[in-house]
Amino acid sequence: MKFLPLVFRNLTRRKVRTFLTIASIFMAFVLFGVLMALRAAFTLGVEVAGADRLMMIHKVSLIQLLPKSYMERVRSMEGVTDVSHANWFGAYYQDPSNFIANMAVDPASWLRMYPEFVLPEDHKKAWIANRTGAIVGISTANKFGWKVGDRVPLISPIYRKPDGSPWEFTIDGIYDSPIKGTDKTQFFFHWDYINETFRNSPVSDQVGWYVMRVADPAASDRLAKSLDALFANSPAETKTATEKAFVSNFANQIGDIGSIMMAITAVVLSFILFVAGNSMAQSIRERTNELAVLKTLGFSERLILSLVLVESLTIAVIGGGLGLAVASVLIAQGDPTNGMLPAFYFPVRDLIIGMALVVALGLGTGLLPALQARRLKIVTALRKA
Amino acid sequence: MNWLSQTIAVTGVTLRSLGQRLGSATVAVIGIAGVVIVFTAVLSIAEGFRAAMVGAGDPHRVMILRAGSDTEMTSGLSGDDANLIRDAPGIERSADGPNASPELFVIVGHPLKRTGTDANVPLRGLTAAAIRVRPEVRIVEGRMLAFGTNEIVVGRAASRQYTGLDVGSSVRWGEGEWSVVGIFEAGGSVAESEIWSDARVLQPAYRRGNSYQSVLVRLASPDSFQTLKDALTADQRLNVTPMREQEYYAQQSQVLQSIIRTIGFGIAGLMGLGAIFGAVNTMYSAVASRTREIATLRALGFGRSPVVISVMIEAVVLSLIGGVIGGGLAWLVFDGYQTATMNWQSFSQVAFAFAVTPSLLARGLFYAVIMGMLGGLLPALRAARLPIVTALRQL
Repeated sequence: MKFLPLVFRNLTRRKVRTFLTIASIFMAFVLFGVLMALRAAFTLGVEVAGADRLMMIHKVSLIQLLPKSYMERVRSMEGVTDVSHANWFGAYYQDPSNFIANMAVDPASWLRMYPEFVLPEDHKKAWIANRTGAIVGISTANKFGWKVGDRVPLISPIYRKPDGSPWEFTIDGIYDSPIKGTDKTQFFFHWDYINETFRNSPVSDQVGWYVMRVADPAASDRLAKSLDALFANSPAETKTATEKAFVSNFANQIGDIGSIMMAITAVVLSFILFVAGNSMAQSIRERTNELAVLKTLGFSERLILSLVLVESLTIAVIGGGLGLAVASVLIAQGDPTNGMLPAFYFPVRDLIIGMALVVALGLGTGLLPALQARRLKIVTALRKA
Repeated sequence: MNWLSQTIAVTGVTLRSLGQRLGSATVAVIGIAGVVIVFTAVLSIAEGFRAAMVGAGDPHRVMILRAGSDTEMTSGLSGDDANLIRDAPGIERSADGPNASPELFVIVGHPLKRTGTDANVPLRGLTAAAIRVRPEVRIVEGRMLAFGTNEIVVGRAASRQYTGLDVGSSVRWGEGEWSVVGIFEAGGSVAESEIWSDARVLQPAYRRGNSYQSVLVRLASPDSFQTLKDALTADQRLNVTPMREQEYYAQQSQVLQSIIRTIGFGIAGLMGLGAIFGAVNTMYSAVASRTREIATLRALGFGRSPVVISVMIEAVVLSLIGGVIGGGLAWLVFDGYQTATMNWQSFSQVAFAFAVTPSLLARGLFYAVIMGMLGGLLPALRAARLPIVTALRQL
């Protein structure tokens, strides 16, 4: 402990260099955080996709609809414990550039299906009871300043009201989620409300996709096959797969542009770290003769090594720690692309990897020059001055 | 000695001494090159995507959608609407009738070669007028589809991205079986990402009755847009929006472009800050190692500003080298890189090539110079403020 002032003096002997080194390490770790959040975002939250949920769409493409009558047949399938459905509504608020992911769903089964959407019990009840009610994720609610009880008009180019007016919804609840990476931008309302308007038209009693919970996730693939077999050779054949498979399939469609952006950044990032580490090691290498002086004065090798390590760790922890902290704050501001990449978050695993990197940087940059110095004979080292 | 020749002389000395500071200079150059690579490469994705989308636009063509729809995907026009539009004034006419093509635009799940997983492939249903409206389309392999059959032609880019779309093969989507009879090119535009079939055959497959999603028309002249627009707006039976094709595709590329730009500028901005710290470090050590030299020059009567300028010039030279290396590498590696992504506005796939354009390279260089100037400023001021006598005493 009494040697801390020595470490401090070493750190402050060239203030500008120490500051700049800390600053570049800081930037490197801010970038690291952003990069990891982007990686999570480009996989569209596949890591939080429910392992025990299956999705069923029309075999030909996801824009074709499935008959509502499939619901009961799916439910009676052995191994399926619950089923719900949704339609992509594609509506916007006021202006087409205000993109919101909005879906017409069956409220009660939808809430059972997605327990990660958390909202007060009385809001749930209110929504289920209110045919024109809707619930919305907290991110979207904050973006537009919506509160429970607000009336929200949405315009859907896909489902137009016969008189051309907007659909009016009442916000009955705002959901949040304790699970990082859950999409908190979505807007859900009653499928019944839409379906009633389109009675006796080609889109009546049609749903976009089914989602079901399975009793045994290990049997998902077999169950998916039997479900598809159930509707084979019907006018609307189906394609069933796990929710994870659907999400990662969608992420695949974004293509390699995400991975290319991240690969370039990762290469450059590791280079910044290498350069910063090198200049840290350099500042210790410069002082080899001082280490020899300390040795002459009777400092043990172990003590010298720990002094050096404390110094390099201090730089790494200040720079990297601040960097990771600032990254977390930046990322917590949410998706920078205005709702297109809702799964933009800093995964805990990556935060831990970041911390490990910080420590490795500090130890690595101190250890190498310190060990080199240890091998030197005092006399040779002193002559190097 | 006048100011200019002083400046030139000092700068010459500075730049010649660069060799002695190769290590730290290299670090600064590489830092800046890294930022320029990221900046140029990421934005080349946005440029390439825009080029593919906007390249599809012809000033002679107008896309007509149902009013309020911003993509073909969510538009819908009845067969009657399509007939009314075809007869509107301002549309070019040929021996076979008006050059107006009512079309269907749907997607079909078909596996990507790259991953083997299904992607949303755009499938367009055409009428015979489609080819008259798009004279740039050339069949490069096989032949054009015969209308009234289950034949399809595949865009050049689509045939590269998806499995099993070679001429002579057949594909099964749902109950329908389609045979591939040709590959077409359309000037490298977004149309090459599509698969084309006969609209009449596609309508029942997608249960569209006798309806379409868009009508693409060729104008008698680029100036007749207003005539057409006025006529369509005045017609009480129609509720449609005509849009110049260029405008339509520019708008279709907006969402993806803004995603990429946000990410590109964000990352490059953060890295730029890092690179500036690197440049500051380099220039400080450059000034520190030349303390005596600078003091000597000042003692000989050189002014402050030539010294400041020489340090700034060194920083700018280093950053220009970094910018050229970064831009060059980005151009070598990424220009023309073929890929495909999802167009967020219609959820369908668009194939395109990264485009490292001259303007992008220029912006990268500009960015590099700014980083160099910011990095050089403080060290340059320190050099000018060195007290001559103490500095001369330094070892």
